[in-house]
Amino acid sequence: MMEVCGSSNVTLREFGSEQSLLSRPDGSASFIQGDTSVLAAAYGPAEVKVSKEIYDRATLEVLIQPKVGLPGVRERAQEQCVRETCEASLLLSLHPRSSLTLILQLIHDDGSLLSCFLNAACVALMDAGLPMSRLFCGVTCAIDADGQIITDPTAAQEKESRALMTFAIDATERRVMMSSTRGSFSVHELQQCIAVSQKASEKIFQFYRDSVRRRYSKTL
Amino acid sequence: LKYSFLCVVLFTPAEGAAGCRLSFLFPVCPSDISPRNNNNNPCERSCGVSAMFSGLKDKVGEVLLPGDEFSLETEDTISLTERVKPEKVVCGPGLRRSGDRLLVCKSGVLRHKQPNMFWMDSQQRRYVPAKGETIIGIVTVKSGDVFKVDFGGSEQASLSYLAFEGATKRNRPNVQVGDLVFSQFVVANRDMEPELVCVDSSGRANGMGVFGGGGLLFTVSLGLARRLLSPHSEVLSDLQTLFPCELVVGMNGRLWVRSSSVQQTLVIANLLQSCDTMTAPQRQDLFRRAAQGAL
Repeated sequence: MMEVCGSSNVTLREFGSEQSLLSRPDGSASFIQGDTSVLAAAYGPAEVKVSKEIYDRATLEVLIQPKVGLPGVRERAQEQCVRETCEASLLLSLHPRSSLTLILQLIHDDGSLLSCFLNAACVALMDAGLPMSRLFCGVTCAIDADGQIITDPTAAQEKESRALMTFAIDATERRVMMSSTRGSFSVHELQQCIAVSQKASEKIFQFYRDSVRRRYSKTL
Repeated sequence: LKYSFLCVVLFTPAEGAAGCRLSFLFPVCPSDISPRNNNNNPCERSCGVSAMFSGLKDKVGEVLLPGDEFSLETEDTISLTERVKPEKVVCGPGLRRSGDRLLVCKSGVLRHKQPNMFWMDSQQRRYVPAKGETIIGIVTVKSGDVFKVDFGGSEQASLSYLAFEGATKRNRPNVQVGDLVFSQFVVANRDMEPELVCVDSSGRANGMGVFGGGGLLFTVSLGLARRLLSPHSEVLSDLQTLFPCELVVGMNGRLWVRSSSVQQTLVIANLLQSCDTMTAPQRQDLFRRAAQGAL
């Protein structure tokens, strides 16, 4: 873990999640960060088309549905980020020639969208009982015009920022699994943002643990 | 030199039942210990296994997340006079061995059964086939000598027409497309197509076979199906206070129920589907209201 410089603040907006809220999918979750809200549904391991099957691993498909209209290029790029992260953390070799499908529906976008997708995806995959080797979470950082690092920015803050970075952080060693950035920034700023994201991810992982603990607290 | 083995066996439990699915041994003391190397104490590694065993035992009943691990740590001070005992930890669903660590791969509660079985108790809806489990399947294709049965998994299982009690090449069983079969898996691993049979190892049906005249098939979560099948099941005893009915429980989460009237059948089906996430007092209250005729 890198050291955090004093001038950055690691505050996240209020976040919450709900598991198993949909009755048809094998696992579902909603994740809310401030005003950004996302719904995720996971299906699997299910039947796969012969053209898409892989002989030794499961085929993971991620679909991101925007609020209005059909998925476009931006959704495809986000899907690729989420899919790469999920493939690195799921144990795909346990279900060869099967398909795992993850559908992410955008409810409301108020900034930090990709990290909200990542968090909802992780909780939905856990809810579906798919075997995972590690958990992951998403953290977004924005660098505003003054050089300040803002974690979990709102849409207004994102618009005024000169750089926006989203990192997927893994739970066991706090390493960066995926990064998606836009804008211009220096190497030093990148390293600072990674350190800040690693620090912020601890809160999210603690939240995962608390929410799963609450879910299993009822003795059936 | 004495060796301790860590036997990690994966199995699928119904509550109280165990059938081996996959087993592998790995030596805790590596077999290439040079006899001249006096520093490599064979007692060291076996103490590591019991350290992991006690680490696991501490966490029994706790909620664990994927990525939590139990490592084989060697202790610093070892008693040289202690006898080397082979220690075994048997791992069930949700626990995997990776290298010399035990990795949790599903979220849930860690459970323990004497003497050394550990597994993750998780709530799940999608069924993954395992050898020896009895399921309710629907016949989808009848082609030549083999039926294809849909049991809710990632591919359809095959059921040979000879795998019924008293079936021969001349005396074929009366199975049509769309029939329900209660059968058990004889081949169920991730690399091969699952295979079902409707006879046990001695050739008797033992309750398995075609059924389904009348009655209703519905799905519940896997946890409820396992709870219904466990010995001294509370849900089952609560259900017996209601109307008399026939109930078939498949471990793939499918239940079939038939009662004396259609209305009673529907009531029982709805009750079972809704009592999935209820605690015991809530469920008993619900069943009591149903018995009184309020529902």
